[in-house]
Amino acid sequence: MIVRDADRVLVQGITGKQGTYWTERMQAYGTRVVAGVNPKKAGTEHCGVPVCASAGEAMRETGFDVSVLFIPPLGVKAAARDAIEAGCGRLVILTEHVPVQDVMELLAMARANGAIVVGPNTAGLVTPGECFVGFMPAFESDVFRPGRVGVISRSGSLGALICLNLVQAGFGQSAFIGIGGDPIVGTTTRDALQELDADESTDAVVIVGEIGGTMEEDAAEYACTMSKPVVAFIAGRASPPGKKMGHAGAIVMGDKGTYASKRTALEAAGIEVLDTPSELGRALHAALG
Amino acid sequence: MNFEEHAAKPLLQAAGIAIPRGCLARSVAEAQAAATALGVPVVVKAQVPAGKRSKAGGILAADGPAAAGKAANAILGMEIAGHRVEAVLVEERATIAAEYYAAVVNDAASKGPLVMASSEGGMDIEEIAASKPDRLRRALVDILQGFDLEAARAMIDGLGLGSDEAPVAETLVALYRAYRDNDGELLEVNPLARLGDGRLVALDCKFALDDSGIQRRQELSSGGSPETLTTLETRGKALGLRYIELDGDIGVLGNGAGLTMTTMDVIAHRGGRPANFLEIGGDAYTKARPALELVLDNPKVKCLLVNFCGAFARTDVMTGGLIDAWEALSPTLPIYFSVHGTGSAEAQAMLRQRLGVSPYKTMDGAIVAAIAAAREAGGPS
Repeated sequence: MIVRDADRVLVQGITGKQGTYWTERMQAYGTRVVAGVNPKKAGTEHCGVPVCASAGEAMRETGFDVSVLFIPPLGVKAAARDAIEAGCGRLVILTEHVPVQDVMELLAMARANGAIVVGPNTAGLVTPGECFVGFMPAFESDVFRPGRVGVISRSGSLGALICLNLVQAGFGQSAFIGIGGDPIVGTTTRDALQELDADESTDAVVIVGEIGGTMEEDAAEYACTMSKPVVAFIAGRASPPGKKMGHAGAIVMGDKGTYASKRTALEAAGIEVLDTPSELGRALHAALG
Repeated sequence: MNFEEHAAKPLLQAAGIAIPRGCLARSVAEAQAAATALGVPVVVKAQVPAGKRSKAGGILAADGPAAAGKAANAILGMEIAGHRVEAVLVEERATIAAEYYAAVVNDAASKGPLVMASSEGGMDIEEIAASKPDRLRRALVDILQGFDLEAARAMIDGLGLGSDEAPVAETLVALYRAYRDNDGELLEVNPLARLGDGRLVALDCKFALDDSGIQRRQELSSGGSPETLTTLETRGKALGLRYIELDGDIGVLGNGAGLTMTTMDVIAHRGGRPANFLEIGGDAYTKARPALELVLDNPKVKCLLVNFCGAFARTDVMTGGLIDAWEALSPTLPIYFSVHGTGSAEAQAMLRQRLGVSPYKTMDGAIVAAIAAAREAGGPS
């Protein structure tokens, strides 16, 4: 799911306010946006690229490798189906509040067609110096800089803070993979960790997790098999149990999804879990020797 | 969003699953009237969106209207798991021949629906799983294929349900349909009971509606239990802001769930106490002004910490709104900023020009300063 500058990107929902704002930002950064979708404005041009009636039409007209969805929650399932049926191999779903049963359906469609889904409720993907897809501040040079640390984050804002701390400590990123804050997402922490483990331009990985679910525990299992160093920060240590902390996925129920469970699992895998993101530089220098 | 038993059971009924005859009562008189109308021995059940009602004394048997009134009198006003009992469900009472368990739940691990069934109903699912794991069956459903009678029969095969096998399988299929038709996160029947008179009935039911499904289930969601909120939390909700009141003295305003949680974590780690969780991420990033008012209206707040790290949420837009509000409200509290990410150069310049303050270079720097200010103001930190 790492994006590269050769990837051709389709923007579903390109003509909306946010679609437009972020398409311009992506283009300015070097992302190869090749087309957009809006059935009502098909045949026109927007942000300098053709607007198509569907992802299927875009596939025939320009072809594309990645589709990014700026689509309201209740339209996401249909838009994802459109992209998957068009033969899209990678979808980045930014939308928050997509009904979970819709998410399960679209993930099943993707599985059946061999497509990878990142999100929903992700801030997207960044490969500093190459391109970005979504709404991360790739263009802010104090946050993103080319380097050799891979970052996996459930949160966009916290992911950006972690990247800022990396740059402040003299590091840069090989790739940022936003996996999304929903309880069910297409790409898990473990999936992203496997990808960064296999990535030759990544020397170390930072896992940015949060309370709720068991993705960090699951990733810790895989981390045991890795030779690359991994450090982690888990948000939500001071959050009251039983409350949904902004992200639908961030809720502690009973003893499931707790901070303690995640920290214990990660530490058992030899991963240092930071008390504050500002310890990141020190921890990475130590981990990389 | 959780549903109380009386609000969940009609979903089963609509899917063809039998439920006991019953009536909701909000007073002793209503409970008596309900028992009179039913004309049989009843059970009086506290209506709260929580489990373990029986252990808390919230479920009582009553042989007639007078006893039902007495039971309602004991239960109404009771507190169970933090919820005050405002209503009781008065239901016909019947002898139970067998108790089963049936549920459908969103399963994060398989990213699909999970159907569960057991021959051992009447106790918690955790208890069944721990004490009689061989009596608990789990079936992962391909959501595109659905869950049919054949799949239901296969999953309960060998549980020893005897002549109940066919009706239980039918119930599981109906339960799955109800879950799908109502954007369920969890739909659980426990116990599913074979009564002495031969009927297979859902004696209790739990339903949780997916919060992201509410937008297309407006009518249904009006039957759900609202969260227990403080006055400020209610105001936040009405504004479309996620505000959670805590008992510290440092007001927190952040963008994004992860960053705001982290702000609270680091305040606590460094010895301070956050007064609230409030994030203006996502589409709420234009609501800096009502957000600021909300934080400041908590009388415990001694100082304010603003932590923005813009991704989707633009820090220039958030900071502009915040400064407008600050100028309009002109509070006297100290305020500390950490502002990075999308739009941060403009945001930082605005803060210097309009408020005459310089944001801290790091989040930790701003947090340490805020903790010191709260201490100086004599807060509990």
